[in-house]
Amino acid sequence: MEALAVQILKSLVSGLLMGLVFALVALGLTVIFGVMDIVNFAHGEFLMIGMYTTLLTSPLLGVDPVLTLPLCVLVGAVLGLLCYHGLIRFLLRGPMIAQLFGTFGLMLFLRNMALLVMGSEPRIIHAGWLVGKSFAVGPNVVLESTKLAAAVLSVVSFLVIWWLINRTKVGRALTATSLDAEGARYMGISTERMNALAWAVGGASVAVAGGLLVNFWPVEPGVGLLFTMIAFATVALGGFGSVRGAFVAGIIIGLIVNVPPVWDALLRTIDAVGLKNLEIHSLKYTMVYAIYFLIMVIRPQGLFGWKQ
Amino acid sequence: MLEVKGITVRYAGMPVLREVSLQVERGQTVGVVGANGAGKSTLLKAIMGAVRVSGGQILFQGQRIDRLRTEEIVRRGVIYVPEGRRLFGPLSVEENLLLGAFTVREEARKQRNLEHVYTLFPRLAERRSQRVGSMSGGEQQMAAIGRGLMGSPKLLMLDEPSLGLAPKLVSEVFETVRRLQAEGETTVLLVEQNVLEALELSDWAYVLQTGQIRTQGPAREILAADEVQKAFLGM
Repeated sequence: MEALAVQILKSLVSGLLMGLVFALVALGLTVIFGVMDIVNFAHGEFLMIGMYTTLLTSPLLGVDPVLTLPLCVLVGAVLGLLCYHGLIRFLLRGPMIAQLFGTFGLMLFLRNMALLVMGSEPRIIHAGWLVGKSFAVGPNVVLESTKLAAAVLSVVSFLVIWWLINRTKVGRALTATSLDAEGARYMGISTERMNALAWAVGGASVAVAGGLLVNFWPVEPGVGLLFTMIAFATVALGGFGSVRGAFVAGIIIGLIVNVPPVWDALLRTIDAVGLKNLEIHSLKYTMVYAIYFLIMVIRPQGLFGWKQ
Repeated sequence: MLEVKGITVRYAGMPVLREVSLQVERGQTVGVVGANGAGKSTLLKAIMGAVRVSGGQILFQGQRIDRLRTEEIVRRGVIYVPEGRRLFGPLSVEENLLLGAFTVREEARKQRNLEHVYTLFPRLAERRSQRVGSMSGGEQQMAAIGRGLMGSPKLLMLDEPSLGLAPKLVSEVFETVRRLQAEGETTVLLVEQNVLEALELSDWAYVLQTGQIRTQGPAREILAADEVQKAFLGM
């Protein structure tokens, strides 16, 4: 019984922290989609590049991994701008399917470039202010500094983006562009510039997530896929283009992913032997897609979305 | 002020406008009337740079604008109030109005424009924090015109402002245009299906038919012309 209680508390804590990370990863995706209706399949690769940025520049500059985060912001923003000006801008003239294949191609390109430069070996940060530190929040429940920092950064990033969108003139223009691009142009808004801005913000926010993620999650060129898929589910649940939706949905998905351990602990509490094959810990990401499927059927616009 | 010189616009190879020429002088109200599909909206969108012109020139205050981006044309003072209003539905009335002043840099001027719009449309002032998408059609049209005025237009182009409105609201919309004329600061290019009202309001008028200017002249004379009476007013 006590094992179950501990597991519930563990799952709640871990779900909340990972949920905030998922939310931060989804933030950039939802901003880009909101402004220009483009689904960026290469989103997870931006995350991967953010992870490598911290991994490589920290020893190179001789500073703690945490201090490389501003560099991640910069790298992500530049990467977003490059992708927009070098590729996406041209895809906009084509049909929807060209846009899908275009960002899919971008994903393969970035992943294989990483493979070429970095090799396939998974790598992680071994030392730093955050690594290996934790504190107890209950009996047998610990809070890892790395995850806590990522969660805090997520909250801060959301506040910054929220402020940008709701309290600044450029944010209003961004909103107008996402609601009706042609209408926004009649207001004198350069929607081209707004698109580029969305890619810069999207790239920066996901790359900075990568910079903290690599403190507790190994990076390899293919790491992006899992996070892209989770980000898609998050954005769909929260509502395409909704920043608030991404925040709430990220937490929900973080908690969902942590349901299987609780279930398994429950089985073990009731009966130690007979129910072994009802354990579902291996299904934790499958559940995310099951939820994604359900949302698409029941509420295609998501929790806070206006687009479908 | 505005000079359209023989412009041609094609959609998928088919000409929608053929060598259309038109002039608007400062302080005038010019009406362009014609049936549905005559190319009226295309004409305004061509002036705004939203559709490509394949021949001819467009000049505003003596300078060519037909190769400029929409936002640069707006910056020069040509403001378009689009057909179907195109308001930003989830945003409030005031947020919509302020977006209309996106190109206005001076804060003081923005505030003056806002006060002007609120004096012109007291109902918008009452509902400034209401979601614009939840307002009635007539109120939305006022918000759209108000949003256009927020940009300090030198030339205000109204695209079918009466479309889809109940008769009482239609006259209210035209009444607003009259008040703008009385203030004497705005030049208006008005595109309308509602021929009678539009012509009564205009100084000069053009009749557009299947992409070509059929006739032009002082609005009163156009209103009295036999062919206009027959074609549009059923007399």
